[in-house]
Amino acid sequence: MSTAAPDYSDKMNLTVFEPLKLERSWTLATYRSIGGYEVWGRLLKDKPERGTVIDQVKASGLRGRGGAGFPTGTKWSFMPRNSPVQKYLVCNSDESEPGTCHDRDILRYNPHALIEGLAIAAYATNTTVAYNYIRGEFLGEPVPRFEAALAESYAAGLLGKNIKGSGIDFDLHTYVGAGAYICGEETALLDSLEGKPGKPRFKPPFPANFGLYGAPTTINNTLSFASVPTILRKGPAWFAGLGPANSGGTMIYSMSGHVEKPRNIELPMGIPFADLLALCGGVRGGRKLKAVIPGGVSVPVVPGETMLKTNMDYDSVKAAGSALGTGAAIVMDETTCMVRVLERISRFYMSESCGQCTPCREGTGWMNRLLKRVLAGQSRREELALLLDVANRIEGHTICAFGDASAWPVQSFLKHYRHEFEYMIDHGGRSLVSDTMGAQAA
Amino acid sequence: MGFGRDVSRYNEGKRSVEDENLGPLIATDMTRCIHCTRCIRFTQEIAGIQELGMIGRGEHMKVRTYIEGTVNHELSGNVIDLCPVGALVSKPYRFSARAWEMSSTPLIAPHDGMGSNLFGHVLRGRLMRVVARENEAINETWISDRDRFSYEGVYSEDRLLTPMIRSGSDWSATDWESALMQVAEGLKARAGDLGVLVSGCATVEELYLAARITRGLKSHNIDHRLRQRDFRDQAADPVFPGLGMRIADVDALDALLVIGSNLRREAPILAHRVRKATAHGAQVAMLNPARFPYLFPLKAYLTSAPAQLVADLAAVLAAAATVTGKAVPAHLAAVVSAARVTDAHRAAAQVLAAEGKRAVWLGALAARHPQFADLRALAAGLAQLTGASLGRITEGGNAAGAYLAGAIPHREAGVKAVSQPGLSARDMLNKPLRAYVLIGGIEPSIDALDPHSLAMIARAELVVAITPFASGELQSVAHVMLPMGTFAETSGTYVNCEGLWQSQNGAAQPVGEARPGWKILRVLGNLLNLEGFDYQSSEGVLKEVRAACEAVVPAPYQGTHTVTALTRTGEGARAGDHAAGGALIDVPMYQVDAVVRRAPSLQRTLEGRTPAASY
Repeated sequence: MSTAAPDYSDKMNLTVFEPLKLERSWTLATYRSIGGYEVWGRLLKDKPERGTVIDQVKASGLRGRGGAGFPTGTKWSFMPRNSPVQKYLVCNSDESEPGTCHDRDILRYNPHALIEGLAIAAYATNTTVAYNYIRGEFLGEPVPRFEAALAESYAAGLLGKNIKGSGIDFDLHTYVGAGAYICGEETALLDSLEGKPGKPRFKPPFPANFGLYGAPTTINNTLSFASVPTILRKGPAWFAGLGPANSGGTMIYSMSGHVEKPRNIELPMGIPFADLLALCGGVRGGRKLKAVIPGGVSVPVVPGETMLKTNMDYDSVKAAGSALGTGAAIVMDETTCMVRVLERISRFYMSESCGQCTPCREGTGWMNRLLKRVLAGQSRREELALLLDVANRIEGHTICAFGDASAWPVQSFLKHYRHEFEYMIDHGGRSLVSDTMGAQAA
Repeated sequence: MGFGRDVSRYNEGKRSVEDENLGPLIATDMTRCIHCTRCIRFTQEIAGIQELGMIGRGEHMKVRTYIEGTVNHELSGNVIDLCPVGALVSKPYRFSARAWEMSSTPLIAPHDGMGSNLFGHVLRGRLMRVVARENEAINETWISDRDRFSYEGVYSEDRLLTPMIRSGSDWSATDWESALMQVAEGLKARAGDLGVLVSGCATVEELYLAARITRGLKSHNIDHRLRQRDFRDQAADPVFPGLGMRIADVDALDALLVIGSNLRREAPILAHRVRKATAHGAQVAMLNPARFPYLFPLKAYLTSAPAQLVADLAAVLAAAATVTGKAVPAHLAAVVSAARVTDAHRAAAQVLAAEGKRAVWLGALAARHPQFADLRALAAGLAQLTGASLGRITEGGNAAGAYLAGAIPHREAGVKAVSQPGLSARDMLNKPLRAYVLIGGIEPSIDALDPHSLAMIARAELVVAITPFASGELQSVAHVMLPMGTFAETSGTYVNCEGLWQSQNGAAQPVGEARPGWKILRVLGNLLNLEGFDYQSSEGVLKEVRAACEAVVPAPYQGTHTVTALTRTGEGARAGDHAAGGALIDVPMYQVDAVVRRAPSLQRTLEGRTPAASY
């Protein structure tokens, strides 16, 4: 396999990672030097009809980068923006999806893009208060960086009450979560923000009608918000034109796993996965690609050969039987034991299930225990059917998508790699690929 | 199997969860818990204080209190009924019977004026437990812990099992006939100079027969208002002391002023209704001798020493006159103009100036106040001025029934005023009489809040106690004790604070030779040769009371009692009487009547271990 990387240098880091080429990219001065806060300043001065801002975001084809891929402009338009009640804007920086790490880098390297994006979104939805819910584990670097940037913006008079005499108010607050995966689910995040245990709420009512403290609320991912300033600055047509139809713009791909150079790269949507892999130096040690989880562990696994023929955009990955999710590809080479991988993933879901819905609370533990016994060589072939059955009974039977997310890996691993599970069961826990006992590595 | 497999497919190890200690009322079996969070939502949404919560996540989630606390709310026993799997069960009842072995009999709760509906579950004649009976108009699906666990007191160790007669200081058991003969002869000999004290928790039938016997003995000295101090204005009493509105309508109140009431203690179900009203935006103000904890927002809270209570209420009335721009009724004008109005009084008055349905309630603490007549006159003036309804939260489950049945010295059954009113409970205990009859497990030092009353009774020539319990107090003063059935062992009727008549059949068999109170009084009436004591059943008695009350039309208090002074004058006050010092005693929730006092689990709760406060 060729490791010669195709040339994407002119297409790399166009949107959110644009200032990364500059020194101290997280400062206000650097951000301003690339045209930062121009859009916000224009909005404060001209005060265009709020709907026109939303229309531009709609036209850009920006879709929610948190995983579900819901069109961002459409979501903003659901806000009752002329209603006189207090409305809220919430940024979901609770980036906990295993494999995903682009929000962290936005907070570290370009926090002002997020702040400006939130300010623009607040203007578009006629909101005056926003919260940035940041994952607790980010206390080391991302939170201080973001806080510093926030202080800079306030000091520069870009946020606050009656900003620059425009009569527009916008306050942005940072909230640091306590590190539960489920708090990345938007309604659980709202509960957590309200000071309750993070437990997803039933939808409907959707947050746009009944969100934070029961008030209309818009929640978007960090990357979605941070893309907005560039979209408005360079024009929605430019952004939409970067990617294929229905998947406009750029995406930050978090490449992890068995690649030579794991990294975050911002590239236009629709880039072939093979090119993405080559940009990261190919599979570790020149080995053969076995499988890829293309959007964080919550999406189904895709065999390597299929993935090499797939482009990284919403529709193409969907056609390959998975989902683009957060754009975080976990690459696995040929020495990977899929049973062990699945056991590890199911252990994650077991410990992160909030416990609200019975199928998920009991089912994630059940699946993990079944898989542990496969690894220990104490299972029977019939139990694979049971495992699949448990997964099928979780999927679609829970309040939030966590249940689905815990079931999809099981379903997809069994669909593509059933023979590995069967081999391990038949051979008392010996792995098909690495010739070690399953329990040793687990 | 037609409905799925008969064996579980789950072969993995199951988790077990340690049981919680939630206090003396609720036992736990936490491995049964399915995390439905009903109990948690109950404490949050109905009780108003989150005493239970979830700790942990996913499989490790546990329903428990925060850091080994107990569950203390007065309605918390309802989580036992709510728990769908039996993870939360009744601690006293647990393991004592099987649900399917018991018969279920509807009962009425006798401990407060709500008349909450209960089911008594009976196994072979013994009351094993009490659960809520749904009645949306009264208790919805909830009952207070007091109503749920008081049944334990029925089987107290000091239950009186046979009629007993005292000679000197020795008590000896005897048979019903000779005991009743002795009582009848003794009372006949002292007719006209005796006092009858009845528990406010007795049934209408018992109260009515007690009143008839008293009047048959040429006396009007019968009373159930044992803790009341001030009877100056009793002639103006309404038909019965009630809430002045339906309990269900409390939910829809827009404004409420509560005067002298520890509402959560006195009537937990009513406090819950008020909490519901506040959830819909009702404004509530309180005028109390102390700051009591409430789990709903209060617009105003006036804390006022007992001696200042009347002055403060007059000031609220003065402020209300300013707010509404209406004139204070003439008979109150003088005292109101003397009141010093502060912002706190204005805030309380402002509450009643709101639009919509408004109410002023006088609680049990107000009724125990030495100037109750003044308080009521001022409260009535306030209600009249603001257009609010006037109500009272009475003690005992049947205060309304006692009024209607004539168990008061100034009226006979059917609200017929007597020309020469008898002695009130207070006067009976202040002035020695030749004979006393105590009906319904009365323990004078607690029920009349006066230790001296016991000495007064002890001076009588004959003291007859018709009581379920042979308490130490009664043993020391009585000459004859007749065993009577408790609320669960008698058929009877209760009239609740909204005037609703509710009848029940006896659920349990009376313990020992105890008999339902109405039967004892009926035979006593026969032995006294009184006319018309040939009742065949409690229904026969009830029919007579209802016939007497047929023409009665409930009307609010319309007295014109003149408040002469804002602070108490010496009139009627006596050394040793609490009235003299003005001390108000806030009877603890689990001390209100003889049965509750004997319920061991309730006594072990935090509330049960808290001594009475006096203000």
